[in-house]
Amino acid sequence: MSNIKGKSLISITDYSKEDILHILDIAEGFEKDQRQKLLDQYVIASLFFEPSTRTRLSFESAVQYMGGSIIGFASADTSSVRKGESLKDTILTVSNYSDLIVMRNPLDGSARYASEVASVPIINAGDGANQHPTQCLLDLYSIRKTQGTLENINIALVGDLKYGRTVHSLVQALTLFNATFHLVSPESLKLPSSVKKWILDANLKYHQYIDFKSVINEMDIIYMTRIQGERFPDPLEYEKVKNSFILDNSMLEDSKPNLRILHPLPRVNEISEDVDDNPKAYYFQQARNGVYVRQALIAAILGLK
Amino acid sequence: MKNKRTELIVSAISNGTVIDHIEVGNTFRVFKILGLENTKHQVYFGTNLSSSKYGKKGIIKISDKFFEDEDISKVALVAPSATLIEIRDYEVVRKENIKLPQTIEKTVKCFNPKCVTNNQQVPTRFKVITDHHGSMKLWCHYCEKTMDKGSIEFL
Repeated sequence: MSNIKGKSLISITDYSKEDILHILDIAEGFEKDQRQKLLDQYVIASLFFEPSTRTRLSFESAVQYMGGSIIGFASADTSSVRKGESLKDTILTVSNYSDLIVMRNPLDGSARYASEVASVPIINAGDGANQHPTQCLLDLYSIRKTQGTLENINIALVGDLKYGRTVHSLVQALTLFNATFHLVSPESLKLPSSVKKWILDANLKYHQYIDFKSVINEMDIIYMTRIQGERFPDPLEYEKVKNSFILDNSMLEDSKPNLRILHPLPRVNEISEDVDDNPKAYYFQQARNGVYVRQALIAAILGLK
Repeated sequence: MKNKRTELIVSAISNGTVIDHIEVGNTFRVFKILGLENTKHQVYFGTNLSSSKYGKKGIIKISDKFFEDEDISKVALVAPSATLIEIRDYEVVRKENIKLPQTIEKTVKCFNPKCVTNNQQVPTRFKVITDHHGSMKLWCHYCEKTMDKGSIEFL
């Protein structure tokens, strides 16, 4: 699709509803046939200025399944950044060596800036606390695959809704699909009003809860996130709430048959391991879907799909 | 038009620009935004002057200086009720409210310490937006954070 070809993906809001659905359709094709050797003549740069397990490996796996070559680094320590090279110079240089750059950088807005100086498209693999659009696309893929549709779903977002960038992007994207949002968090980690504004601007509804158990049975999707102790100004406050947002298997007894549990991972203790064997647990398949979605994205941006 | 008392307190100019109806307390911020600290032009200013419209106000007059619209529009960031008056040969040739621009570039610092603009040599860029209470806010083109008027710091 010409909307996507040759263009960087920095924020999920760069894509229209049609663009998103187009990527998910292509990703389905990669799920059926993953080893399509479309990248035979291509070099993809993977620039990770900070460590990552899932995102970096799934991008590199996506490129390799398609027969492409990868150059890059997995931490700033092994690049010229250590010598004081600016982001601009690194990006301009690597633009000369590759057809597309996948970048993760700890600075908010670094990906947008990189896309403005690069001569090749950039895929944002996380810019600080700001955006992580490929996580959002794989979340959407997982929802559509498990529910058969993205339209009209009831989703509970649980945990750290204030700082969790994956939650913010997912809310933004799901406003295109008429979702109803159930926001479950401690008082101090509520969804920011700037994100709630997206929901209201789309004429959709949200409900806020501090009691997790009361929402489970009505949900199609429960999206769990990690609550980090360091987010709380008062350690006592963290101690009080930390166990209120843990999902265990017994809580799923009366849940809807189509319910699926998602989590961007890594998990700490917010989903008990006894949930892992429940067929409603979907977080590991969700991580696998990341490879198909990233294959689709690379192929679409390079104009190969 | 300005009331008579103001005319007497702050000298009239024959040619140049007057920024009138500045919110009290922001006169020096406007001064800074317009880069008047190092100007060679004659500048007169007053603050806490009586105003029939606003009670109290600030005013700045710059002799023989006319600004680009882009520069003047930045004044609205701190003084949304300010009026621009251009005078040529004692005649008012232009008088209008200063309107906010749609974007602000290279003028304001992003309040987010982790924004790329505060860590690399990247010129700042903001979209001027209005929240649902009608308050003006700046949305950073890079880090996508929204900044209140109170957090605005000029570069």
